Amino acid sequence: MSLRYMTPASKFKRYLPKDYVELVDYGPFGRKYSEVGVKNMGAYKELVEEHPMCSGCWMAYYIKIIFAALPNPEDTVTIGTAGCGRLAISQAAVPFIYGNYGDQNAMASGITRAFRLRFPDRQKDVITIAGDGGMMDIGFSMTMHAWFRRERFTTIMLDNEVYGNTGGQESGMSVEGAVLKMSPKGKNFGKMPAMQLAITAGCVYVVKMSPTNINKAAKAIRRAIFAARNLGPTFIHVYTSCNIEYSIPTPDVFKDAKEMEKGRFAFEEFMTPEAKELFAQIESKTKREVS
Amino acid sequence: MANLGPAHYAPYPVATYDGLLTPPEGKAMLLTDMVDEEVAMREVARVMLTSENATIFPGPQVLYAWSEEAKKKATLIKEMSEVLNAKMIPMYDYRPKYPKIDPEVEINPNHPNLTIWHNEIKACIFIGVHCHYANVALKIVRSETDCYTVGMCALSGHEDAMATIRDQHAEDLARFIEIAKEVKQELGK
Ligand SMILES: Cc1ncc(C[n+]2csc(CCOP(=O)(O)OP(=O)(O)O)c2C)c(N)n1
Ligand code: SF4
Ligand SMILES: [Mg+2]
Repeated sequence: MSLRYMTPASKFKRYLPKDYVELVDYGPFGRKYSEVGVKNMGAYKELVEEHPMCSGCWMAYYIKIIFAALPNPEDTVTIGTAGCGRLAISQAAVPFIYGNYGDQNAMASGITRAFRLRFPDRQKDVITIAGDGGMMDIGFSMTMHAWFRRERFTTIMLDNEVYGNTGGQESGMSVEGAVLKMSPKGKNFGKMPAMQLAITAGCVYVVKMSPTNINKAAKAIRRAIFAARNLGPTFIHVYTSCNIEYSIPTPDVFKDAKEMEKGRFAFEEFMTPEAKELFAQIESKTKREVS
Repeated sequence: MANLGPAHYAPYPVATYDGLLTPPEGKAMLLTDMVDEEVAMREVARVMLTSENATIFPGPQVLYAWSEEAKKKATLIKEMSEVLNAKMIPMYDYRPKYPKIDPEVEINPNHPNLTIWHNEIKACIFIGVHCHYANVALKIVRSETDCYTVGMCALSGHEDAMATIRDQHAEDLARFIEIAKEVKQELGK
């Protein structure tokens, strides 16, 4: 997309649904991040407002953060796959591409390259957003190969440690011993080391976190997008609990995320020296741009 | 509620099965007849002016101000709606709408019949809708409603529309508006 493709012709503005017009008038398109972004959520028309995910779903909450953190929403494309997340991602006012299960990083490779050929003078951001099953199990080879090829886009894994959308099968990201509705005997191998795999495969910026602090979560997303523009693949591995499959009472979802932050989702950030230099430049130039 | 169209819930591309193809350059298609463009324009104007709840469905190519031609077309389509006494309901987003569309104010290519049923539209013009979504929408409308569809197309037309006028650019729309004014006068509308 681009700003030109979303600004209504003046004669038609009054025929467009209110929702759309508000998005153009009060949404984040073409505005400075300091005026919108995560800090101002609630004070402007956000890119994703309605979604059908479970009440208290931590994944839905994080998806709202992703969209509020975008540095360039009018020139962003998201790519996803089957799994709960796409139910909200597909409702955002950003073009979303949905392929076969697990092929998001393969599609993103082609799309990112095509954008660079088609729009050499414009920055288009491509982000894949998928669950642990889509990213690390069934899409594993496509995820890894995109990283090995150093494809320049951002990969975000919404890790709820289960196949949530299909009713609770174990995934490679479930912990050893996890007993789930459709894995009653308990998982008999451990959680895959996604962060280490990403670093080994050549990602230039990798973060693992439980997003209890929205500013910190947004900063990681923005850094990942900025680094992917010029340097190489970037990866965010984020804990987004499934309160249904893990029977977390809705009021305790945040508490659970806090606990995870002290445990296996303790904040870890990896960056290459080039990425470090890039962030230093961007963040000193305009501190608000990233944080 | 619904009046099922002549093809009923046909699972195949009905128009093509019936041997209909898009018209060659310079020609237009009215139901099964190949006619001159002006003949088609007159008939489209007549149908729109005499059908209940006639509506224009502008799509993204004319809704958004992305080029000078698009802006010109937007102005002309607005005028066209006034001349034809037609309502305007935009097809502004192609994604299936969750939880449900508001058929009063929007039409979606994945279930265009909902808007047509809800507003009891008996004639409509699709304009500025990208080819593949126009094709999908027109097929659904053809088989699930009794609405007379017009494809006013900037490229080669749509066989699933009951009337298809091709290669329609700003100057052609202006010509159509003039013809529609004449027809309106003749009909005393
Ligand atoms: C090729 C293929 N195999 C299986 C499925 C069924 N399927 C839909 S969602 C899903 C798992 C989702 O798990 P995850 O990726 O972790 O996403 P979550 O729902 O947990 O967010 C599966 C196996 C499918 N859609 N396509
Ligand atoms: S099943 Fe789990 S991951 Fe899916 S929407 Fe519900 S809480 Fe979220
Ligand atoms: Mg999952």
